[in-house]
Amino acid sequence: MGVSTIEFKGTKEQENLLKEAIALNKDREGALMPVLQAAQNIYGYMPREVQQMVAEGMGVSLSEIYGVVTFYSQFHLQPKGKYKVHICMGTACYVKGAGKILERFEKELGIKDGECTADGKFSIDGLRCVGACGLAPVLSVNDDVYGKVTEDQVPDILANYKE
Amino acid sequence: MIRSHIMLCSGTGCVASGCHAISDAIEAEIKAVGLESEVKIVHTGCFGLCALGPIMIIYPEGSFYAQVKPEDCKEIVDEHLLKGRIVKRLLYHETVGDDKLTNLSDTGFYKKQKRIALRLCGVIDPEHIDEYIGFNGYEALGKVLTEMKPEEVIDLLKKSGLRGRGGAGFPTGLKWEFAAKAKGEQKYVCCNADEGDPGAFMDRSILEGDPHAIIEAMTIAAYAIGADKGYVYVRAEYPIAVTRLEIAIKQAKEYGLLGENIFESGFGFDLEIRLGAGAFVCGEETALMTSIEGNRGEPRPRPPFPAVKGLFNCPTVLNNVETYANIPQIILNGTDWFTSMGTETSKGTKVFALGGNVTNVGLVEVPMGTTLREIVEEIGGGVPGGKKFKAAQTGGPSGGCIPAEHFDVPIDFEQLTAIGSMMGSGGLIVMDEDSCMVDIAKYFLGFTVEESCGKCTPCRIGTKRLYELLDKITSGNGEMSDFDMLDTLCHHIISSSLCALGQTAPNPVLSTLNYFKDEYLAHIVEKRCPAGVCKDLLRYTIIEEKCIGCTVCLKNCPTNAITGAVKVPHVINQEKCIKCDVCVEKCKFNAILKQ
Repeated sequence: MGVSTIEFKGTKEQENLLKEAIALNKDREGALMPVLQAAQNIYGYMPREVQQMVAEGMGVSLSEIYGVVTFYSQFHLQPKGKYKVHICMGTACYVKGAGKILERFEKELGIKDGECTADGKFSIDGLRCVGACGLAPVLSVNDDVYGKVTEDQVPDILANYKE
Repeated sequence: MIRSHIMLCSGTGCVASGCHAISDAIEAEIKAVGLESEVKIVHTGCFGLCALGPIMIIYPEGSFYAQVKPEDCKEIVDEHLLKGRIVKRLLYHETVGDDKLTNLSDTGFYKKQKRIALRLCGVIDPEHIDEYIGFNGYEALGKVLTEMKPEEVIDLLKKSGLRGRGGAGFPTGLKWEFAAKAKGEQKYVCCNADEGDPGAFMDRSILEGDPHAIIEAMTIAAYAIGADKGYVYVRAEYPIAVTRLEIAIKQAKEYGLLGENIFESGFGFDLEIRLGAGAFVCGEETALMTSIEGNRGEPRPRPPFPAVKGLFNCPTVLNNVETYANIPQIILNGTDWFTSMGTETSKGTKVFALGGNVTNVGLVEVPMGTTLREIVEEIGGGVPGGKKFKAAQTGGPSGGCIPAEHFDVPIDFEQLTAIGSMMGSGGLIVMDEDSCMVDIAKYFLGFTVEESCGKCTPCRIGTKRLYELLDKITSGNGEMSDFDMLDTLCHHIISSSLCALGQTAPNPVLSTLNYFKDEYLAHIVEKRCPAGVCKDLLRYTIIEEKCIGCTVCLKNCPTNAITGAVKVPHVINQEKCIKCDVCVEKCKFNAILKQ
């Protein structure tokens, strides 16, 4: 099992939120996905401890939860950075050089696609098409979207997130 | 009284290019001159010309302002709204006539388009149900519930020839008939809004720009097959679409157009949104339903088809967003109207997401049978930067690359399949001479390898082996025998995969092998990438005549691969060169050749 290397620091508050989400959805048909999505929103990722809580709350085995969590790319077993760099790797962005932009981010931050920097500040993820092909190549850092990006702009973009 | 309407595109494309800042700026400027009671700002869905965003159209003049910046807003308000003088410098250049504005529908981008599914995108505020109703919204539902029997609805749809816009093109009326005839107490209606093909964004735009059309059509479907519950399965990557759909569902319920006893007919329908979680295979119908049930989104063998045994093992109709968007129009305008557009086998229109190396990137809707040339050259404005067109890719990872020789084929479901591609959901990516076709095939296979759910071996292992072969070729280790291996693998994967993901995964390889074999040969025999994309095959050399011997490249080379004296042309040692591109960046004399 993908054991998280980072110590789990969930709060009582988060646990209560998760319990609420479980209570709200439990009796709906096909409730597991909405509950898992809520859990990830609350904790930011899906470590074993959270999966265990969902399993108990939903009356489903941990292995089944793990199976679902690892099937979908939007559930993460590892925490993401404070600033999540998402680079669209859709076809329109790819033919306009998204691959080179990803490489540049990897070089600047010293991490690979899917990883997080040691200080927990930045993570990079190549994304499936975000549907903003008119602005290709596109990337986002948390909620900020950057369109028609060139390789040279990468250091400037990163400089916006110093804190 | 309102005398001017500002239509501000608020689709994902324009949001990303900053339309929120424009909205705030223009609102402040309007307030500053006290025009709040005379000018109305309408946040609409996508106009289609995403490359020119943020876009603003001001009526009644119909002036189309493109790439507006917040600092332009004062001028727009002072000149246009206050003094009635159109700000010419901000107009989309194609609309600037000699002495008056050219109508938008006469510009190259819009002239050949026919908007049915996108009818209200960019026309109404999708967050206000009254605007949808003002454009005959929910009239089709009213007609169906009060004047038509379920069989009549299905017959009408069958007669219209409407085929599923999600990719395979299955006749929609027939699908509904199967579900209507299937036995079962509980039936479901689902909408596939898990638009996963990279480069396709029409479903997102429809949900963002005209969400009520989908609610209306799904309710009609529910009436036709006898269902009372529905699900819209949307990609979580589309937050704006999800929000607008949520608002639309809430408003429809408040108006009694969704919920119990709609139009006093005794018929009721409830609709719920389910979010995807980033698995491409969930666009496949059986996988989508498995995912709604709360499981790993793996497909299952068909038959039984969803119309017989679908969601929670009940008869289910599942249609794509664009398919639904056509239905209220077909009911209101009749089958003769709909069949008057399109080709023999494919009626109506198709929306394409035009992207890649083309001038007018955006969303276009054309009658079936329009040629690729018309779409790329006339509507799309051709390839920018004086580059040469190389191929158009349709159908995403399930489709293929179409070369210029098939530019004049009228596009419909059959024709695209005949030339080795497929309609798919309608992504159309234009590639110029700088794209390497072997690399593109590898790109798509990389996608399928990651997205294969792993349930069946031909897809799980087969696509991986295909990818490895392509990687071998692009890294300069290809052999002639790889051709046979590619071909055999492709055909085995097609014939033995469980679902459409695997069955169509080899298409990018087969189509590029078919049309661009010379590029494969260049990689394998000459160990050369003609487009200069495949890094391992690139060679950096110094052009003697251009090099002045300034030593800049030499000093910057991280591996000391460059040698030479001052004022003497330098040389690159190929064994040491790691192809990092630093010398190309540093050389001021374009003396480094990369090929």
